[in-house]
Amino acid sequence: MGVDMHDFLPLVGVWSEPVKNEVEKGAIRKFAQAIGDDNPLYSNEEAAKKSRYGRLVAPPTFSRTFDYGRIPNLVLPTAGLIHGEQSYVFHRPILAGDGLYASQALVDVKERSGKLGRMIILLFSYKVENEAGDLVQTATSTIIYRPEGGNSHD
Amino acid sequence: MTKGMRFGVGDRLAPLTKPPVTRTQLVMYAGASGDFNPIHTVESFAQEAGLGGVIAHGMLTMAFVGQMLTDLFGESGELSTFGIRFIDMVRPDDIITCEGVVTEVEEAANGQIVTCDVWATKAPGDVKVVQGTARFSIFA
Repeated sequence: MGVDMHDFLPLVGVWSEPVKNEVEKGAIRKFAQAIGDDNPLYSNEEAAKKSRYGRLVAPPTFSRTFDYGRIPNLVLPTAGLIHGEQSYVFHRPILAGDGLYASQALVDVKERSGKLGRMIILLFSYKVENEAGDLVQTATSTIIYRPEGGNSHD
Repeated sequence: MTKGMRFGVGDRLAPLTKPPVTRTQLVMYAGASGDFNPIHTVESFAQEAGLGGVIAHGMLTMAFVGQMLTDLFGESGELSTFGIRFIDMVRPDDIITCEGVVTEVEEAANGQIVTCDVWATKAPGDVKVVQGTARFSIFA
């Protein structure tokens, strides 16, 4: 395919336009069901109301469901991507009814050759802020792309 | 978990063993997360991609480890950082056990700040499918 890290370098540091995400009760419940987590704070409004949160709470990795907007001119291949790492810093809880602004950027790109062939390593950064502009969550993902193929998974 | 819980370096976190991963669960996670990559849900596609069948979303396994952490402290604590490296593929019928050990404890005015190594395996003592670290506060 001829893709190399120089295709990505000009995009480093370019943030997407933040997208507003409404945190819906139903979305939290469905996410909790999918991961098989029966924590009442995620699904039982009475329990959540009595908690210090006062509203249904989102599980730690729920922000995976958000729309982070498009990074201009970024075209990712559809196959050959491996999710290498994921990390979160939690600043404030995410609660049902929140309106949160999510954005993303490619923040680093490296190329390596190993025994599995050539790898392009993309580091993405994610930001979630509330309507007051306070930081709710930041995250990073390491995505490994093998241009010459191989198994794709994430 | 009750208020006033305390941790020390070397303490094992209460492990969490999840029911076997199912294909239905992968479809549910795809729908709930919006990650519709067919390698997680379409058997023929995953076969053609050379994966030998559908594999679980790495983020599903991370969510299992997240549940182990939140089950641990309930409302008496709060997660502040959580990072995972994805090491091996998880497939339908795999039974994932999440574990952890405390590596650092900082005494704070209103409780403790606990750092731990966390991981998940398909069987106790087996190779790790994910591995990482987490930090959480425990309120006294």
